[in-house]
Amino acid sequence: MRIRGVELGVGIFMLVGAFSLAVLAFNVSGLGLSKQEGSYKVYALFENVGGLTARSKVSMSGVTIGQVSDIHIDPERLMAVVEIELNGDVDYLTVDSSASILTSGLLGEKYIGITTGADDEVLKEGGYIEDTQSSLVLEELIGKFLFNNASE
Amino acid sequence: MQPVLDSIALLGRSGLDKVAAIGRSGMILAHAIVARPDPVQSFPLLIRQLYSVGVQSMIIIIVSGLFIGMVLALQGYTLLVDYGTEQAVGQMVALSLVRELAPVVAALLFAGRAGSALTAEIGLMKTTEQLSSMEMIGVDPLRRIIAPRFWAGFISLPILTMIFSAVGIWGGMLVGVEWLGIYEGSFWANMQNSVDFFDDVVNGLIKAQVFGLVVTWVAVFQGYDSIPTSEGISQATTKTVVYSSLAILGLDFIMTALMFGDF
Repeated sequence: MRIRGVELGVGIFMLVGAFSLAVLAFNVSGLGLSKQEGSYKVYALFENVGGLTARSKVSMSGVTIGQVSDIHIDPERLMAVVEIELNGDVDYLTVDSSASILTSGLLGEKYIGITTGADDEVLKEGGYIEDTQSSLVLEELIGKFLFNNASE
Repeated sequence: MQPVLDSIALLGRSGLDKVAAIGRSGMILAHAIVARPDPVQSFPLLIRQLYSVGVQSMIIIIVSGLFIGMVLALQGYTLLVDYGTEQAVGQMVALSLVRELAPVVAALLFAGRAGSALTAEIGLMKTTEQLSSMEMIGVDPLRRIIAPRFWAGFISLPILTMIFSAVGIWGGMLVGVEWLGIYEGSFWANMQNSVDFFDDVVNGLIKAQVFGLVVTWVAVFQGYDSIPTSEGISQATTKTVVYSSLAILGLDFIMTALMFGDF
């Protein structure tokens, strides 16, 4: 029967399409099924975020514990406010934790590294990380180096 | 004086013809979308069209996807190895395929492979007066002929695009990991870190959906509106490929600016 072959062909076509979508979703984009359950937001003020963007990783001891969800300027303090979305199961960041903007590899992307402090109180939704270290800007570094050499 | 007036009149007439053609194409689109007759009767027609439009385009999509992925990986490797960042090949192949190359190249191939066939088929039906005899016996050719072809193209192209991406990434992995010896773990990890499902994959599929609409619309309209001679069919087929390719590339720029531009 001719029509049977046609139906089989279309069925295979659809299945291959669905399989490709699954590959693209789980293998290529690494989509997790239960990615962010009950995530919460904290904020950090930086002098300079140079190169950090939304969706950058936030990690602690090299393990990803959240991501940057938004970056904007605080018009009163004139500093960059980084909105950090932490995974819901991260409940051990103390209020005196420090955040620094780091680079993965020599030319890699920027990410935020977090180190905990010793306080008993933990960060809650809407909390601020006070102790921050800005992004390393290569031009400033070279400028400082040249300035020091000249003054010697 | 008369020749000048004549040429002006000709200009105006051709302009009016163009506007009228746009109007007719819009009416065909509206008809094809609205015309949803009883599913029992039209479903087998749709399946048959899905077969000739989608399934028979699969081979060319798979083969070209494979080669484009392999070439991307090879070119990316020769460029990135100078900076010692050849692990980024996976990320580069995946992003450029999912965002741009898969929707655009699959749509261009689809326009050449399936769009031209649709135009020629419908044009020949018109030339041999099959369409008007259908009207004579009370069958609406828009429902019977145009609508299933339109929906088949609309459904097929996103599926073909997904197949293109997946095969292309596999081809990139074949060259990058198996042949050039990039470490497999960092190849996939870099890719998964940089590709976002909603921002990249879904936006690519939205592009493919728009291209599917435009290509089948152009193809079906050019066939239905062709001059019923053998010359007319060949003109209509050429127009289908040219117009839909231009539309794909132009729309791609606009959609990329809207989706990935920072403003």
